[in-house]
Order: sequence, then structure tokens, then C-alpha cells
Amino acid sequence: MKAITAVNDFVIKFANVNGSGSASANELFAKAILRMGVPVSPRNIFPSNIQGLPTWYEVRVSADGWLGRRGGIDFMVAMNPQTFDADVAEIAAGGYLFYDSTRPLPKSKFRDDVRTLAMPITQICNATYDDPRQRQLFKNIIYVGALSLLLGIDAEVFEALIGEQYRNKPKLYEPNVRALHIGRDYAREHFAGQPIGLAVQRADAVGDRIFVDGNSAAALGCVYGGASVCAWYPITPSSSVAEAFEKYCGKYRVDADSGARNYAIVQAEDEIASIGMVVGAGWNGARAFTTTSGPGVSLMTEFIGLAYFAEIPLTIINVQRGGPSTGMPTRTQQADLLSCAYASHGDTRHVLLFPEDPHECFEFSAQALDLADRLQTPVFVMTDLDIGMNQRLCAPLRWDGARVYDRGKVMSAAELEAGKDFGRYKDVDGDGIPWRTWPGTHPSKGAYFTRGTSRDPYARYSERGADYIYNVQRLLTKFDTAKAMVPQPIERNAARATRFGAIHFGSTAPAMDEAIVALEREGLPLDTLRIRAFPFPDSVAQFIAAHERVFVVEQNRDAQLRSMLVNEFGIDPARLVPVLHFDGTPITARFITGSIARELRGAQVPTHPAEAANA
Amino acid sequence: MTYLPKPRLHHPSLACNSLGYTRRDYEGKISTLCAGCGHDSISAAIVRACWELAIEPHRVAKLSGIGCSSKTPDYFLGPSHGFNTVHGRMPSVLTGANLANRDLLYLGVSGDGDSASIGIGQFVHAIRRGVCMVYIVENNGVYGLTKGQFSATADIGSVSKKGVVNTDAPIDLVGLALQLGATYVARGFSGDKEQLVPLIKGAIAHRGAAIIDVISPCVAFNNHAGSTKSYDYVREHNDAINRLDFITPREEITVDYAPGELIEVEQHDGSSLRLRKLETAYDPSDRVAAMTYVHERQAAGEIVTGLLYVDPEAQDLHTHLKTVAAPLNSLDATVLCPGAAVLDKINAALR
Repeated sequence: MKAITAVNDFVIKFANVNGSGSASANELFAKAILRMGVPVSPRNIFPSNIQGLPTWYEVRVSADGWLGRRGGIDFMVAMNPQTFDADVAEIAAGGYLFYDSTRPLPKSKFRDDVRTLAMPITQICNATYDDPRQRQLFKNIIYVGALSLLLGIDAEVFEALIGEQYRNKPKLYEPNVRALHIGRDYAREHFAGQPIGLAVQRADAVGDRIFVDGNSAAALGCVYGGASVCAWYPITPSSSVAEAFEKYCGKYRVDADSGARNYAIVQAEDEIASIGMVVGAGWNGARAFTTTSGPGVSLMTEFIGLAYFAEIPLTIINVQRGGPSTGMPTRTQQADLLSCAYASHGDTRHVLLFPEDPHECFEFSAQALDLADRLQTPVFVMTDLDIGMNQRLCAPLRWDGARVYDRGKVMSAAELEAGKDFGRYKDVDGDGIPWRTWPGTHPSKGAYFTRGTSRDPYARYSERGADYIYNVQRLLTKFDTAKAMVPQPIERNAARATRFGAIHFGSTAPAMDEAIVALEREGLPLDTLRIRAFPFPDSVAQFIAAHERVFVVEQNRDAQLRSMLVNEFGIDPARLVPVLHFDGTPITARFITGSIARELRGAQVPTHPAEAANA
Repeated sequence: MTYLPKPRLHHPSLACNSLGYTRRDYEGKISTLCAGCGHDSISAAIVRACWELAIEPHRVAKLSGIGCSSKTPDYFLGPSHGFNTVHGRMPSVLTGANLANRDLLYLGVSGDGDSASIGIGQFVHAIRRGVCMVYIVENNGVYGLTKGQFSATADIGSVSKKGVVNTDAPIDLVGLALQLGATYVARGFSGDKEQLVPLIKGAIAHRGAAIIDVISPCVAFNNHAGSTKSYDYVREHNDAINRLDFITPREEITVDYAPGELIEVEQHDGSSLRLRKLETAYDPSDRVAAMTYVHERQAAGEIVTGLLYVDPEAQDLHTHLKTVAAPLNSLDATVLCPGAAVLDKINAALR
């Protein structure tokens, strides 16, 4: 069996035990490769558990800069005895297995077509350290050290990173560097005679990009976008949005002299209370957001309907996970489109934004706060676990210093005093967006009663059919107005004209970018359209009309975006071919390429996408 | 809900408060509740309390849930913004509104179905957070709007209008509020305005979570023999522990009191609560004693009314969160946005 050889283009996977301290060591490894100027995209694959269950960290190294999950493992670091057999089985033929050989394993545990690199890590740790905690934690740094030598990553890169990590805890620098070198020394002595076929070489392919997780970026977007009230309830994978918001507010929103906080964060008793607080704050003129995942949205739907009907600005960051019910709480999906777009009973429609990466998580979270004020309605930022909880290489965050917050149509005390007509639910500008007043504005003018029941344009309770129709038709006009205000889709055309197109959104983008190049190479060019928001601008319909068949690539079982396209535009469903990936792992270019190529060559689309992913 | 405004004309001799407003300026639309409903008496008590305290009507935000009680904010304080939210969820909306602008007075009006059944979780958590609010539960032990089902505050053995006997244990909202750490807890009776108005005034002056459970008979579905929340029953079993007088800082204390023990409690805003004790054994500054007393009298079939507990040193949610003194909704980008230069530094740290 020929060993896999590759420079700056391979996948390495770490199999660990949850809670063993592996996460920071693995992140150190990924960052070191970035510092070598080589793009990486790591992904945590973790259980719904604090300690003891298996967890994996999959790092794709890609000189070409592909950031989607690739699929297939070239190098396995098998540190978890529980999953050893399955981890070994997952390695591609010609790949490498690195494992802790302290306890001898029978030959049947290994593969002839995989090269084995044995290192008695536990034994080394036990001989080196007395403290049981150090024995455990330094195992991780030791294997990272060994890998760094095997792959040819400079020790100085790691030393610099460790120095940055422990800038405020200098005592920890030396033992970590020592552990790193224990690993390097062992690898030099035992493996250097027969180098492996995988290597990292210095390159210049990272540029000024940053390495950040989407939840932190979304939280920063809320800080920059001017959110002053955050109410939330812990739920994976969204909790770290609120936690990061708290962290950044603590840094950037505290008055230096008085220590007073220019923000309020409440961990509510449940998601219903979270959204209730956000409704109250939005009604009262503060920019407010909550962050949640699918089960939370289910609980919030009654309030979302109220906010839609009573026209209250608010932002919901939905970090999607596998559903329905508790579903796969630590796996990724794009399966909340329908439940968010049409959340609540009665006729409703909500604005959704679909960020592709942390950069857009930042942009869209800040923009959502503007849109919510401008449109006086709930706005969802539809991110997912893959973007939210994994660090991703992306363009630096940008902020225009001249940008002011668009608070929308808020009537001032002076305007009321001057006798400006105020009809809370009256369309005076033809865009469906009425004027509002904040409580406490004027002693005798502009007060109104907010309610979830039907009312006339002056907010007076009414059960008249004509008043109801006026109101709900105006809401449709407003939704139409939103089309031009939301992020517009991004179209990319193939090098030569093609009858085929593909539509995708959100975290599918990096896999899609790679798939399109691969398909083009196979002689199957496609134009693509990345949808970035709902309501869909008319250019989406034009794109579909311009192609004979359009693949709609999404990460859910029921082709939810496709249903919405059919529903909103009245399109013949036969023209929209679903490409669906929903096993909880991030979609891969290989899956998309395989699915579309099979379809275009006349073969049937596989009935079970998970099989195709591994094909 | 009504769309009928009240006529604005009033008799020229009607008294004005220190802001120059008459009591009519604190009224709302014409009530659509049943004639004789206890809730209308509570609305009238709110109007009187706000007028007497010379509260600027537009600086009040009145919030409610769903039900007969929750309709009432339309019937008082017309110049205030009101929000009729969703069933049982007024406390969270009020909390959020309060976070956005700490300068307004937050008046939450709810019922026993709204607060003790569907909304008990939010009732509980708003109290334990110490949200600065006046939270009035208009408690009639029955679902009026849906025509007479028992609510969770109905007493065991209470008989419905249809003759059904309630067998579920009642939820005692004042007992709950005391246990949860409410810093102003009172119970009133809609039929006793002289007691109720000062209780509301004291709650308005309080800087923390103020809960007033007001027994408010439902004339349509819970005012018959066998009900423990009828006018007759409450009058017969009312155990008023004290009579409250509310004195603002600018008033000279000249009120004459009947003989009996007096306690004076000064609250944060400088106002004074003068309690004329009717039960000599009762101490409204002792939370544990209050809980014990209320439960003892309840076991004896009495309904304890009056100011049950007050902590004049109460802190509220904003104090706990260390929020800035200015309302959060008044802050602009110069305060809220860290700016482009900071973002460049953040980017640099992420490489």
C-alpha cells in the first residue's frame, strides 16, 4: 500500500475523551499551522456531555484555502481507547495512526494499510510528572509536540503561541514548552529515520484573515450594533453568544470612571421569558436581542407572533442544531428555516439573515439590529453550530466609524408637540412601515395601547374586518419593503454559459465553493446563487428562471429552502432539485459534487445522503 | 377592551393636584367589565393613588397579560403607554421594558389565572430578580372571560357557580411573594378602597418588587354562597392587620390617628409609610414572622389584609446589574459602539 503523501493538503483528526484538556492543545496545533501561513479549518465534533464521552477535533489543512469539511482522514491521533477501533477503521488507506502505546495492543487492533506511529505517552507523563492533573494535561501538549516534528512545523511557532496564551500566567509557559519538546524529542529519536508523507511547509496563503468562531463574532456584532439589552437562556450551541457578549461588554461597555454598565444582560428562567424581556425592551426603545437554538424558537413562537403583529423590533440569533425535539444537540443542521420564517399561529412572515461565516455573523448581527428598528419586526440571524462553535478563517471584521444606528421611524416629543399626526398602525409613507412612539415621550400626545389583538390604524381595538385587512395587508407591504433592505444574494457565474444553477445559503458556502470548482473540472459547470436573506429579492426568481434546472443545496431532510422558494415565487417544483445533507456533520464538497454529478449524468440521486457523503 | 373614550368635560370645581391635573386626567376609556366588578374598583384606586401622588401619567408604563384583569389598563391612565401582552407573560415584558428605561414607573396588572396558573413561573422569577415594579394581582379565584372555571387561587371546598366543589389546594400569592424575596408585599380587598389606595401609593414609592394581591370578587361567576372570594365572604373574614397612611416627603405630617400603636417606615425616596397597627403582634419588617402569621390566620379561615411586609432598604434589578443611571434606550453609538480602532485590535488578537 502506497503511503499518502501531501504537502499542506491533508486532514488530521484527534480522537479524545471529553474533559481531558485536549481542546486547547488541539487549537494550539491548528493555530500553529495558520502561523505557518497555511489555511486550516478545524471542527469540533463533541458529545452532549461534560466529561467522559468521546470527542473529536478534525483539522483540514488546505493550501488551496478550502474551508469546508473534506471528509476522509489521512492522519488519526487516537487518544481515546473507547473509540479506538472505529477511529482506526476511519483512516484512509495509506494513512497514518498515531496512538498511545503505553498499554500493549494486539496486532488485530491495527491495519496493514495504515502506518502506525506508537508513542508511550502515558508512560512518559507518569515518569515526568508527579501531579495527576499535569500527567493528564501535558499528554495533550506532548502529542502536539510529536506531531509538530513529524509534520515539520517549527518549534518557534509553538513557543510564540504558548507565550501569547500564557502572557498573564508566565509560570505556565515553561512547563508547556517543556512538554512540547518532550514530544518533539521522542519523535526525533523514534520516527525521524522514516519520515511520514505528510508535511506542512511555510506558505503565504492566510493573509490578513482572522481566526474566530461565529458565536464570538455575532456577539461582537451585537456590541457594535448597539444592543443594550440581552436576555437569554442557556442552550447548546448558542450559549457562547451571550457569554461572549457579556465578555466584550465587560471590556468595552463599562464606564471607566463610575464602573456603571452601559448594558443589561439577564439569564432568564426559560426561552419564553427571554423573548418576553426582549419584546419589552424593544417596545421601550432599547436595542435588544436573544440567542437560542431550535427548541428555544419553538418555545418563543407565541411572543414572536405578538412582536410581528404588534410590530416590535427585536433580534433573535438562532444557532441551529440537529432537530426535531432535542434532536442532535451537538451536531449541525440548517433545519429551522420553516419554523423561523413562519413562526407563530396565524399568517406570519419573518425576516431571516443567513451568514456564511463568522465575518457575516458579525455583519448580519449588527445589521439585524438596524433592520429590526427600521422594519419594527423580529429579525432572525440564522447561523448554525458549524459556523457558531468552530473557529473559522475569515475576512477581518470591519466597522465604518461614520456609521450611525438607524432607529427607524420613531416620533419625537417635538414632532408630537408640533401636531404631527400619529397613527401607530397607519401607513403614511407607502412602505407599510408605520411610525411609533416610545413610552414616556410626551405628556398628552402619542400614547397608545399595544396589544396582540386587532386594531385600527390609530391603535384602537377593532374587530372590524376592514381594519383587520388593512393591517395585515400593510404587514405584507412592509415585508415587501424589506426585500430591498436585506443583504442581497451573491451570484457567481461559471466560466462558460450553463443551463444549470445551484442555490445555497449559510454554512454550506465553503463546501459549495469547492464543489463548483471540482464540478467545473469534471466538465459540469454551474452558476451559483448564495441567498443571504428572506424575504427573497426578485433576483432569486430571475436566477431560477434563467436556468433549466437549479439544485438547492441545504442541510436538512425536508428541503426547507426549496419549499420556501416554491411557496414564495410559485415556481414549478420540478425545476428545483434538492441536494440534502442532514446526518449532523457539516456538508462536504465531495457530497455536493457527487450528488450533482450523478444527477447531471442521469443517475439517480442517492436516497440516503449520509451514504453518499462517505462514498 | 373598548373604543369608547370618556367625555373630557368635567366640573370646574374638580380639584387639581400639584401638577395641575384633575383626577379625570388619570382616567382611561370606559370599562367593558361587568357592573359591580371588583376590578373597576381597583382601577379607580390606581387613578386616585396616581392623582394624589401627582405622578405624571405619561411617565407610567402599564403592562398586563390576558384576562379580565389584564383588560383594565385601558380603563385608567389614558395618557400612559400600555401593553396588553400574552397570557401569563407580563412579568418578562415588564422586566425588559424596565431594563430599557429605568426612569419610568412600571405598573403590572394581572389576574389569578394569569399569575398563578400559566404565568406562575414568570411571577416567581420577576419577584426574585427584584424588578422595580408595582405588580397588582386582581384575584377573584375564577376564570371570568372563559365563563367560570376555577383558577389556581380558589380555596379547597369553594363551590363554583355551577355547583362544582374545588378539591385542589390553592396557591397563596402573598405567601409565595414573601418566600421569594419580594420587598413590599400587601393584600387588599377591592371593596375597601380606604385601605387599598395607600397600599398602592406605598408600592409606587417603593424601589423594588412590590406585590399587591387584591381580592376582587367576580360578580358574574364568583359572588355566590359557597365562594370564598365573594363580597360577603371577604367582608366577614377580613383580618386587617394594619391601616396605612402614605406620606410624601413634601407633606407635613399632621394626620390624626386613632389611639393604637404606630409604626413609621421611611422608604428610599423619602416618603413615609405610617402603619396603624390593628394586630399588636404583627411586625411588617419581619419576613419570617409575616409568613408565619399569614399562614396561621389562613388556617383559621381568615383573610389577612394590609401591608404584610416591607423592606425600606430594598435593592432592585438595576442595582444588581450595575446599570448606568441614564436609561439604556437613551444611549447612542458614541457610548455603545467601541469604534473601528478597537475592532482593529480585536482583529489583531485573532490572528
